Amino acid sequence: MANALLFDSTLCVGCKACETACAERWKLPYNEKIAEEQTLSDHKLTVVQTRGESYARRMCMHCADPTCASVCPVGAFTKTALGPVIYDASKCMGCRYCMFACPFQVPVYEWGSRTPKVRKCDQCHDRQMAGKVTACTEACPTGATLSGDRDAMIAEARKRIAENPAGYYPRIYGIQEAGGTGMLLLSKVPFEQLGMPKNLPNQPLPPLTWNVLSFVPDIASVGSVLLGGVYWLTHRREAVAQAERQPEGRLS
Amino acid sequence: MTTTALPLPRLDSLWRRISIWRVIFYAIMAAALYAAYLRAFHGLGSVSNLSDEFPWGIWIGFDVLCGVGLAAGGFTLVAIVHIFHIKRYQPILRPAILTAFLGYLLVVVALMFDLGRPDRIWHPLVMWNPRSVMFEVAWCVMLYNTVLALEFAPVVFERMQWRRPMRIIQFISPPLVIAGVILSTLHQSSLGSLYLIVPSKLHPLWYSPLLPLLFYISAISVGLAMTIFESWHSSRAFGKQLEWPLLMGLGRLLAVVLGVFLVMRLMDLSRRHALVLALEPRPEVYLFYIEMFLMAAPVLVLLSGAVATRPRLLYLCSVSSILGFIANRLNVSVTGIQAVTGASYVPRWTEIAITMGLIAAGFAIFRLAAKHLPLFEHAPAGNGREST
Ligand code: SF4
Ligand code: SF4
Repeated sequence: MANALLFDSTLCVGCKACETACAERWKLPYNEKIAEEQTLSDHKLTVVQTRGESYARRMCMHCADPTCASVCPVGAFTKTALGPVIYDASKCMGCRYCMFACPFQVPVYEWGSRTPKVRKCDQCHDRQMAGKVTACTEACPTGATLSGDRDAMIAEARKRIAENPAGYYPRIYGIQEAGGTGMLLLSKVPFEQLGMPKNLPNQPLPPLTWNVLSFVPDIASVGSVLLGGVYWLTHRREAVAQAERQPEGRLS
Repeated sequence: MTTTALPLPRLDSLWRRISIWRVIFYAIMAAALYAAYLRAFHGLGSVSNLSDEFPWGIWIGFDVLCGVGLAAGGFTLVAIVHIFHIKRYQPILRPAILTAFLGYLLVVVALMFDLGRPDRIWHPLVMWNPRSVMFEVAWCVMLYNTVLALEFAPVVFERMQWRRPMRIIQFISPPLVIAGVILSTLHQSSLGSLYLIVPSKLHPLWYSPLLPLLFYISAISVGLAMTIFESWHSSRAFGKQLEWPLLMGLGRLLAVVLGVFLVMRLMDLSRRHALVLALEPRPEVYLFYIEMFLMAAPVLVLLSGAVATRPRLLYLCSVSSILGFIANRLNVSVTGIQAVTGASYVPRWTEIAITMGLIAAGFAIFRLAAKHLPLFEHAPAGNGREST
């Protein structure tokens, strides 16, 4: 069963322990100035944002049917059985279609590098393989971030809403958005106030392009036959006309 | 129908004109080279205003999307002449193929700037992801470049008087031209499919499930417009006669194709109930009107028959449809995205320098080819090609 993270914004105190743990795991620089930054970037793969009264946590959503994996021309992304969506930098040619297409605006780029890579959270795939929780989950002092089996996380989220209906906006973000994600959110305020896109379809996005792409073999084969037929007809007609002009000539 | 012979400009004024263009040309080239140096040694961040928020700029929106579209004259004319066998268009076929070939080569060069890892441009050859539109486009563009090289090769062979290779090309010609048309159909439409994946990021005046079809039809129209545009300029630059009846024919076809495009576009907008959005006074809506006007005006003018005696008007129609096409592609790739995501992006001067450098290089190479290769068949002797 796939794993997921559950982030409960009502429990988050904005201590950014998750940011610190994440930077440590990726061996990225971290200091007060970086802690202040409010956006994802090549040196900040998760960010705790201050949004009015609430804190929001942004990072890769680890979609069930990831858009990034479907658009990448070289297949640099893989949705693992365990849940994390991982990225293989050795394949990437830097077209940045993944960045353009990700509905959550997650992948970021090393713009300053001569051999740049895409970067994003991998939900600590290596740690999960070893049966551990993610570094951010481990670091979180309040339990605002949990990790574990996705169904268990959904059950936990439902329980929290049921036990404290006044404290929560009555929805879990991530169950259906873009076909479902491996990161679930709970909040007191509507999710767009946490900066989450609100106009996403509830179906996975990859079929939008696949529905068209799957016609390629048909267009290629039927089209070739059709054009071949036209070619033959038009040239044949000319040959016939020529032959008629010189009666003793033969059709070639 | 009359053929309009254009008088050669007086020599001294010609010289002055050329030298001014020379200066501009070298200035652009110098700027582009400097930008290329920065790109190569200091990374994408140093030459572009691209960001995590806005990862595709004018190199994709203009160089690739418009470049590929503007090169569509190649497959359109190949289809007309070779497949539908309407032979009277033969005289403008070669320049159209050359325009296409140059266009695609320049698109590849532009990609070398835009890709973060241009050294890995070959990766899609061995690392496959058939679910990706980009993967399909990569393959089609690569194969079509090969087809174009082969379609253009006879011009070189003729110049070199190589008979054997010429016969080989002639032998494989039927499958070659069919492959070219199919590949073009696939990737011209796929450039539109690229944007199907961002329903939540592209403004509804442009996001449509019909994007692939709309991209395909508008590519055909702009291919025709480019052929008219390029014939007009060739006739002036090389003092050869305007292929007037042919261009008129293309003009009529342009009106039809562009008309079909516009009708489809409007029907699609109304079916998606997006037309009301065109009433909001917002910047992207004005851009929508500009785009529609630039495309609709030539249709009306061409249908009115006013061009029959006025080559200049036909030329203006082609310019208008080309600009309308460019507006459409930029609206899809830049402004239509910004309108929804609020991402800020204005191209940096270095981005523009490289784009202009590529265009200038395209014109220069075309001129050279026109001078040294038998590009204009049936060019009337005497005032035909300039001597080398
Ligand atoms: S959130 Fe974006 S980067 Fe993460 S898995 Fe989904 S599509 Fe990919
Ligand atoms: S930037 Fe890299 S990972 Fe992203 S789509 Fe392109 S090749 Fe794939």
